Amino acid sequence: MDREHPNPLEPKTVISLRDLRVSYGEREILHGIHFDVKAGETLVILGGSGSGKSTLLRTLVGLEKPSSGQIWINGQDIAAISDDELYEIRKKTGMSFQGGALFGSMTVGENVALPLREHTKLEDSTIEIMLRLKLEQVGLAGFEYHMPSQLSGGMKKRAAVARALAMDPEILFFDEPSAGLDPIIAAGIDHLILELKKAFHMTIIVVTHELASAFLIADRMVLIDKGNIVAIGTTEEMRTSTQPRVRQFLDRVPEPDVEGELDYLQTLTERYRRHA
Amino acid sequence: MELVSQLGAGVTDSLSYLGSLAMLGSRAAYYTFIGPFKGKPLRLQSAASQAMEVGVRALPILSLITFFIGLILALQSAYELNKLGAMTLVAKAVALSMSRELGPLITAIVVIGRSGSAFAAEIGTMKVTEEIDALEIMAINPVHFLVAPKFLAMIVMLPCLTIWANTMGILGGALFGVTQANFTLGRYIQASIESLYLRDIFSGLIKSVMFGVTITAVGCLEGLSTGGGAEQVGHSTTRAVVISIFLVVAVDLVFTGIFFFLGNG
Repeated sequence: MDREHPNPLEPKTVISLRDLRVSYGEREILHGIHFDVKAGETLVILGGSGSGKSTLLRTLVGLEKPSSGQIWINGQDIAAISDDELYEIRKKTGMSFQGGALFGSMTVGENVALPLREHTKLEDSTIEIMLRLKLEQVGLAGFEYHMPSQLSGGMKKRAAVARALAMDPEILFFDEPSAGLDPIIAAGIDHLILELKKAFHMTIIVVTHELASAFLIADRMVLIDKGNIVAIGTTEEMRTSTQPRVRQFLDRVPEPDVEGELDYLQTLTERYRRHA
Repeated sequence: MELVSQLGAGVTDSLSYLGSLAMLGSRAAYYTFIGPFKGKPLRLQSAASQAMEVGVRALPILSLITFFIGLILALQSAYELNKLGAMTLVAKAVALSMSRELGPLITAIVVIGRSGSAFAAEIGTMKVTEEIDALEIMAINPVHFLVAPKFLAMIVMLPCLTIWANTMGILGGALFGVTQANFTLGRYIQASIESLYLRDIFSGLIKSVMFGVTITAVGCLEGLSTGGGAEQVGHSTTRAVVISIFLVVAVDLVFTGIFFFLGNG
């Protein structure tokens, strides 16, 4: 990475991870993650359960502190800066959480307006217009007076995206955008991400294990397994990859010991049926 | 040997817990008293609704409990005072023990049950549903946003509730005094007031402010340190109640000791 003499024709690097390691207590979860994200690209972080992809996302947004390594976001190493400086960076980033993480005690409109009320000195009437605009962008026009508990899973996610968009972020993070949604609603969220990408040229980072969704929205992908990067490349490079671990993940081949477990379950079921 | 190391681990754990409490308490105090002058205004609306919940809604149950406590105190002290032929001292005994000790303590325990547990459950649920993380991501400090309004509500409402509790306790004692000890209501209340010095009431109020700080810090710390899952929220709530009761009694002991040796006793 040449920080001193950037090539003006290349898109700027927004995020760079350098030998990032994260541990919970004695156990190391991420063993030296290293990649760059360019401005305006959509990077999908793929990985199975327990691969460390969620920890990677939490570390990227500063919710977990790395045990070593650097996370450069717009030229600042967020692992080394003060809380106040981190908050300044966070005002320019948004995140949509897996379950939405909308505040249950506030209406949808108040949820979306919260960052604006906290960080800007805008008039109430201006904030009102902005929150309507954001809700319209995610297809939730007219829902500002609903409580989060009155929304369906997909609508909650859309509302969470609207809240993440409130401060017009440069970088948008998504944690499992399609988890727990039926295929049609999930496809709707994918299209929302594509629209945001097209309309605002935001840098988007998505953590998911949904292959179809990943291939639809990604410019580049990172496959993570057991805390290491297995492969990184464009969607085409991933699709044609011959690396065994990549193939296993993309072709959905189960682990050998998982098969053993399934057999065991089947024997149990049969035994139960015989007794019944 | 193992016993010694377990004891050592227990002591360091307790000290680090107290350290976290002090840290959270001082950060909440910072956002309540200093933050507003540094361009971080306190959410007064939220503080007001917390005060409503912590204070005003506690009044019916607190009144009933402290009225009974006053009555019980009168009955218990009359048993002994009657033998000495000093039934008129019942008013003094009730007034003193209510305002110096039982008023603040019973109020704190009722508030722990109603609000300390609610703080832990509310913040714990927000932790589990990633709402605390969402605040962080939106560059909103959770201590500023959630803890400071509760802190302010507690340190304002607990002394108010304590004064109310003292009054109800004295009225409870008066019920006994009027029906069993030949007092008139006016005479009983006058006897109570005459037996109290301002310092008796103030020492109780200072304690109640400290109880408020303790209850908020424990409730919110337990909420914020909730692990994953609904079960953990219940666990945090239980811990918040048990630890708050213990620490309130400990704080009570410390301050009663201080007042005693300062010669206020």
